[in-house]
Amino acid sequence: MMSAQTLYDKIWAMHEVRPDIEGSGLIYIDRHLVHEVTSPQAFEGLQLAGRDLWRKESIVAVPDHNTPTIGLEFGITDPVARLQVETLDKNCDTHQLIEFKIGDERRGIVHVIGPEQGATLPGMTVVCGDSHTSTHGAFAALAFGIGTSEVEHVMATQCLIQGKSKNMRITVDGAVADGITAKDIVLRIIGEIGTAGGNGYTIEFAGDAITSLSMEGRMTVCNMTIEGGARAGLIGCDQTTIDYVKGRPFSPTGENWNKAVEYWQDLHSDDGAVFDREIHIDGASIEPQVTWGTSPEMVVAVSQLVPDPASETDLVKSGGMQKALEYMGLKANMAFKDVMLDKVFIGSCTNSRIEDMRAAAAVAKGRQVADTIMVAMVVPGSGLVKKQAEAEGLDKIFIDAGFEWREPGCSMCLAMNADRLDPGERCASTSNRNFEGRQGQGGRTHLVSPAMAAAAAVTGHFIDVRKLT
Amino acid sequence: MDKFEKLTGVVAGIDRPNIDTDAIIPKQYLKSIKRSGFGPTLFDDWRYLEPGEPGGDHAKRRINPDFVLNQKPYDQAKILITRENFGCGSSREHAVWALMDFGLKVVIAPSFADIFHNNSFKTGLLPISLTADQVEQLFLELNQHVDSSSGYSLTIDLAAQAVITPAGVRMSFDINEFRKHCLLEGLDDIGLTMQHAEQIKAFESQYYSKAPWLL
Repeated sequence: MMSAQTLYDKIWAMHEVRPDIEGSGLIYIDRHLVHEVTSPQAFEGLQLAGRDLWRKESIVAVPDHNTPTIGLEFGITDPVARLQVETLDKNCDTHQLIEFKIGDERRGIVHVIGPEQGATLPGMTVVCGDSHTSTHGAFAALAFGIGTSEVEHVMATQCLIQGKSKNMRITVDGAVADGITAKDIVLRIIGEIGTAGGNGYTIEFAGDAITSLSMEGRMTVCNMTIEGGARAGLIGCDQTTIDYVKGRPFSPTGENWNKAVEYWQDLHSDDGAVFDREIHIDGASIEPQVTWGTSPEMVVAVSQLVPDPASETDLVKSGGMQKALEYMGLKANMAFKDVMLDKVFIGSCTNSRIEDMRAAAAVAKGRQVADTIMVAMVVPGSGLVKKQAEAEGLDKIFIDAGFEWREPGCSMCLAMNADRLDPGERCASTSNRNFEGRQGQGGRTHLVSPAMAAAAAVTGHFIDVRKLT
Repeated sequence: MDKFEKLTGVVAGIDRPNIDTDAIIPKQYLKSIKRSGFGPTLFDDWRYLEPGEPGGDHAKRRINPDFVLNQKPYDQAKILITRENFGCGSSREHAVWALMDFGLKVVIAPSFADIFHNNSFKTGLLPISLTADQVEQLFLELNQHVDSSSGYSLTIDLAAQAVITPAGVRMSFDINEFRKHCLLEGLDDIGLTMQHAEQIKAFESQYYSKAPWLL
């Protein structure tokens, strides 16, 4: 009899073309998502070596990182960015690959459109030249980011050479309090395990607080797995997963649907499966989170004070905290309500789905962006999210409150396009990385949930959204 | 890929944990569709005192004289030592390309982020994990040589899996056998996998018979 397996072990076994000996396992890849930034050198590599693509129908391509969120009718004005998007278009046309080009309402952030189109299915292996591919683990799919050489490798062989990672399970026990979101849960987890805590692991998220999340919430949690160091996050397949997948353009239909659903029933860790590391977090103890430093692990509850390096006994850590406070322009022991903001960004592959739009709009409704905020922008994750939000009147709520309502794309999460912070500017952002310069050189990023970002926009500073009057 | 030969080279140190790939190569340079030319913008925000744009003339930008890679002899460094979790963040292989394009061949740290670690081997950059104590020892020795015009050098012997200090102290490191073999022989991963093409096809035929909805 087979011994109890983890979900990761099961998906690995299903895709193992050659076993892993000394890190040389060969695994089969079902879905390859492609965008403009990490693919041109891979296509060029194939061409130079005279290699063809192994399985063209596994690829779904979309430009998202470099695309403007305003004035798209004028095209991309930055010539370097334009060349990159045109290169993707040309490569996709040459190889006859599925691509959602600019102007297609299905276009959006690669990690939003994959699930939205049903291109991400339970039990799949999903890769993309982007670290936030971990997002798709919400569907009990083994999904992880790869570099450009591996993009080329998957294009040429449909496989990847991989060593098997270790298993970690993070269980968030019990229910979270009202007003606590998936973003607060995952930020708290990263605060707990640290930004390197998941190195070498695949992390499965479990517990009532996780399984009671919608697919959108689960995607937010898995999205930030990489910020805890693990390439892949996973959540077991259940009825919530299956209900979400059903009826989407790439989803199976008819007899194939029935077969698939039967197969998906087994996509969870067996009772008694052994994990190399187990962590438990009490769901009820989670408060709205806000980052204060330059690494996602530098996070506390908004009710707490900005931490004091003097209270840290580890000298390397204490020095790191001091550097972070200097970069962020903060003082130890400040209250977050005294941290005044310049910009607010609601968007990114972490938080740009319809539920995120609704959560932010619920806070913005009937309120006004504070006078001290220069720009508060909402960037939906895809053309279809935008359309849905507009059908619900959310765009009007945002615009009436003084937010800008933009076209979909990665936008100010990584600031490759014109949406960025200037040196010294401080931003409440629903994105995933608060690294130095991430949102623009010298910019200062605080990571929060969509509701917390909207609350920050209307007050001009951080506040526990549950206390907003 | 070039074969990884035994080398002796100048060591530069950046004494920070969690150096992320945004710091190694900022996003504006990712707009390039090439694999080369990233060396001048390695650690761009730390290296220059004014912002840079892709396609700009970086030789004309004001440099930060305090940043180690702008100082002699570290501008010729082949080995970088740093602290834990080097290369965290984005999957951009451009980070590896930038380190290599600058002339670095080896990064030594107590730990590396997984994707960066994986990417390194694809281009022939060797990431070496030593213990935090060993890295601390290397930083101490490096700091004792700050006034030396020739700096501090280490020898890296991949075949023997050893870092050798000028005093002859050998620090051995672990590396997965497959990766070591590929680096020493300069093997191309895709070529290796293509040798298993028949096995991949056989896998596909049984896989799609079990999961026909994926066809």
